[in-house]
Amino acid sequence: MIALDFAPVLAEWPLLAKGAAVTLALTAVSASVGVVLGVACAWARLHGAPWLKAIVGSYVELIRNTPFIVQLFFIYFGLPGIGVRLSNETASVLAMVINLGAYAAEIVRAGIATTPRGQIEAAQSLALSELQVFTRVVLPPSLQRVWPALVSQIIIVMLGSAVCGQISTNELSYAVNLIHSRNFRAFEATFVGTGIYLVMAIALRHLLNWAGPRFVFGK
Amino acid sequence: MIATTHRRALLRATAALCAALAVPAFAQSALDDILAKKVITVAIPTDSAPYGYVGTDLQPQGLDVDVANLIGAKLGVKVELVPVTSANRIPYLQTRKADLVISTLGKNPEREKVIDFTIAYSPFFQAIFGPKSLMVKTPADLAGKTVGVTRGAMEDQEVGKIAPPGVDIKRFEDMNGTVSAYAAGQVQLMGVGASVAGNFVAKNPQVSTEFKLLLKDSPNYIGVAKGEDKLRLKVNEIIAAAKASGELNKLALKWLGRPLGELPS
Repeated sequence: MIALDFAPVLAEWPLLAKGAAVTLALTAVSASVGVVLGVACAWARLHGAPWLKAIVGSYVELIRNTPFIVQLFFIYFGLPGIGVRLSNETASVLAMVINLGAYAAEIVRAGIATTPRGQIEAAQSLALSELQVFTRVVLPPSLQRVWPALVSQIIIVMLGSAVCGQISTNELSYAVNLIHSRNFRAFEATFVGTGIYLVMAIALRHLLNWAGPRFVFGK
Repeated sequence: MIATTHRRALLRATAALCAALAVPAFAQSALDDILAKKVITVAIPTDSAPYGYVGTDLQPQGLDVDVANLIGAKLGVKVELVPVTSANRIPYLQTRKADLVISTLGKNPEREKVIDFTIAYSPFFQAIFGPKSLMVKTPADLAGKTVGVTRGAMEDQEVGKIAPPGVDIKRFEDMNGTVSAYAAGQVQLMGVGASVAGNFVAKNPQVSTEFKLLLKDSPNYIGVAKGEDKLRLKVNEIIAAAKASGELNKLALKWLGRPLGELPS
């Protein structure tokens, strides 16, 4: 009935490859910075001064209770109203960092909150400083406990980057939409795009599961 | 085998349904009906200033509205305006909910298969618009500048044709995205239809936007239901007379700020 023709879509492979590369680059930068931001916010919510707790708490609630695309549009279309004009790539990364930071903060906080009290007391009795206790004793096992949830969140952010094409960032969905607006092969183009996202998401999960114990929290 | 029979039956039923739903062949009587009822129904836009938009008094106004009233006056009948959108204006003709569509309608082979067109009555164009402070006189001047367009729209293709290397073309999902990006200063120039730019200028006088480069001229035609030759020829006569008398030119100057120019017939 429907004649499928993938050739016109696959002929645009340079566009698809570039789109996939941009999606991965956006994810790499925003995941690295976002997780660090998340850890910092988690620390602030648990140990920070009351005013800091209030600020970080509001940030987390604000981001977790509004849609990503609205946050993105606010940064790209809204901020120029007060004189802050960011390029579409910068706006995309910033929106992804801010978004991941809020979710990561809650995930990491849960990990830290389940640290056995005795472990902290043992560290304190060894005369470690407060910072040392947090970075050497509390954080690594906490990250290990929540690592699967954190990896899932990073993948959600990668998939969410699909809307960055709305502000003309040349990521994968943008490439897919551009291709089918030119050759009207919507089914084929989105099918190929879906396949690429699927492969990238599975590969990223494996990569992070492998890298976590080796580089992030130690064995 | 059973599946095949079923599918055939389904196909046959679908075909029968399509035939039943197809617009029945009307006799060529639109003009007679209009003159007998003393009313002509005209589909006009209300979202495309300066061609058709709603004024502060909530009445539709614009070039297309004036052309509708002009035709009504020449026919000596009352004009009934129906607001339509880009997407539904052709169905309005096909289902005879309107006698004429005067709604920034361009002519192309796909549309000519389903409706008929009169001669052109007004200019329409896609162009690059930008701030007065930015010097753009030729396509070469676009180099190094950012141009926002709507992905897949006519402007997207046309900008690609004239743009020298080094133009940063940013594609947005819809007209609103393109115009918002321009309004926010995220792109220096925008490639849009004249009506979109007109609308933007009317609502954002603080951004001094002007016409920069022509992308494509695609004049407007009046749409008539397929086969209504009597009505079509009568409207052609009225348009030709209004062109000759300068009435149409006056309307173009009033609404578009530029003369009618050469229009294809």
